[in-house]
Amino acid sequence: MSNKLITLENISKSYDNHLVLDEMNLYIRENEFVTLLGPSGCGKTTTLRIIGGFENPDTGRVVFDGKDITKLPAYKRQLNTVFQKYALFTHMNIAENIAFGLKIKNKSKSYIDDKIKYALKLVNLEGYENRMPDSLSGGQQQRIAIARAIVNEPKVLLLDEPLGALDLKLRQDMQYELIRLKNELGITFIYVTHDQEEALTMSDTIVVMNQGYIQQIGTPEMIYNEPENAFVADFIGDSNIIDSIMIRDELVEILGAKFACVDTGFGENVHVDVVIRPEDIELVSPEEGTISGVVTSLIFKGVHYEMDVMANGYEWLVHSTKMFPVGEKVGIKVDPFNIQIMNKPASEDEEAVQIEE
Amino acid sequence: MANVLKRIYIALIFIFLYAPMLVLIVLSFNKSKSRAKWGGFTFQWYTKLLSDSSIMEALVTTLMLAVLSALISTFIGTIAAIAITSLKKGARTLMMGITNIPMLNAEIVTGISLMLLFIFFNVKFGFTTILLAHITFNIPYVILSVMPRIKQLNPSAYEAAMDLGASPFKAFFKVVFPDILPGVFSGLLMAFTMSIDDFIITHFTKGAGVDTLSTKIYSQVRKGIDPKMYALSSLIFVTVLVLLILINILPGSGKKAKEK
Repeated sequence: MSNKLITLENISKSYDNHLVLDEMNLYIRENEFVTLLGPSGCGKTTTLRIIGGFENPDTGRVVFDGKDITKLPAYKRQLNTVFQKYALFTHMNIAENIAFGLKIKNKSKSYIDDKIKYALKLVNLEGYENRMPDSLSGGQQQRIAIARAIVNEPKVLLLDEPLGALDLKLRQDMQYELIRLKNELGITFIYVTHDQEEALTMSDTIVVMNQGYIQQIGTPEMIYNEPENAFVADFIGDSNIIDSIMIRDELVEILGAKFACVDTGFGENVHVDVVIRPEDIELVSPEEGTISGVVTSLIFKGVHYEMDVMANGYEWLVHSTKMFPVGEKVGIKVDPFNIQIMNKPASEDEEAVQIEE
Repeated sequence: MANVLKRIYIALIFIFLYAPMLVLIVLSFNKSKSRAKWGGFTFQWYTKLLSDSSIMEALVTTLMLAVLSALISTFIGTIAAIAITSLKKGARTLMMGITNIPMLNAEIVTGISLMLLFIFFNVKFGFTTILLAHITFNIPYVILSVMPRIKQLNPSAYEAAMDLGASPFKAFFKVVFPDILPGVFSGLLMAFTMSIDDFIITHFTKGAGVDTLSTKIYSQVRKGIDPKMYALSSLIFVTVLVLLILINILPGSGKKAKEK
């Protein structure tokens, strides 16, 4: 992709001695859909607010388009934000809301009118000019908030959990809407969410964060299929994370049984974490499986059955379209390609990301 | 049956509350000077009232005091309310407590302490001292009526305005202020009403020669009640009543306008 538009260099931020961001480095390319993903308190919103100019970092620099904007106040930055709670101006109608930024920039009346029409069309709310924000549904208000931001033609649109307050169906619709908007506008989106599904659906790049540290940066496929550590594996989707021993290249011992895998370069007889996604486990007859166990629970989930299988002292989470009743003896088989090996956290920094369960 | 009882109960409450005012208003139209005899309907006490220059002077003083003290205390109170909301929780509770004390404090105590304060700093008693006193006791009422409005604000609205290019100053006046305006306005009316209404504090902080309506009435009544005073009291009552009704319907009417 194209050049770096925003660079965060060594950004640290703490509130009342509580470290929220620790020497964070991140760059965002032009025309990219970047999602900052992580649990609440991981520093994702703080990162966004630092980019938006609502917080000052304790240390570090924010570089935008080659210029240092660390000290530049929010109202002088060439980017716009869509807030979690819409933040529409309740005493103004929709047209006045959208025109707010343009009026401040002293644009002509005809220019503003054109822009309002264009923006309302873009968010599929034509004819809403004279409505008041209170009379709109949550989803509509959020569209107006997006319209209000994009009429200013920002280079970057910051979105702080914009779909957080909407119900599931609406949220899914809005996800497609946002992808469409991004493609039509051709601007950079920086999106903050704790919803992994949202992140996987929309992003070009996902930045997984936890406790002020970036855990992994990558495409949705990379994050899902090749999580770099147990935190990422656990946070993105369901997974079986098992303490194992890498015997040698392409062979790993999981719960006493030897599994073939495709990873190399970990050394011999090294303790590692193994991630196996529940949909990658194949349930077969006990003789056929690499290890065998007993089904302990069965839930119908619509698309698939969710089963727990107790085998070699570990409760395996399995998603399968084939149903095995509780109490049945089954074998577990995993394609070598679907076994993801991760190094155990070694340094102190990485220790912080250990999942507490 | 229970319904009828409820109505009777309510009616009784209102009779006890408003009977004195009603008597006063009726007497203000009584031709006879006697308080026990109805001598026919008349406006003469009202016309006499309006031609009494010392009372008219007191009326002007009262209104000037009310307007000035309401405006100044609204200005100070609104700023204070904004500042208090942005405090941390402990400090905020403390500040609100301090704000509430003057309202709960006996007026006579407030009056006397203000008087002592003015003497201590050698301030000459007169219009200024009453004005200062009125501003002082009005501020808490303004804070109290503005505060809920500020709490209802979407904290992101201010940031959104700045995000769209408004300087902090512009963001406040274009986005925050219109939203808290109903609270500011009812605070203003409340302060105005409290100022017109006040007797005790005014009594202790006024100098010789300056009188508000309430202190004027007090000094007249000591000499013997003139029916002009009934007329004056009736007028004050009606004015305050109208203001109070305004205060109470205003926030609601604001909402209705929005729904259009």
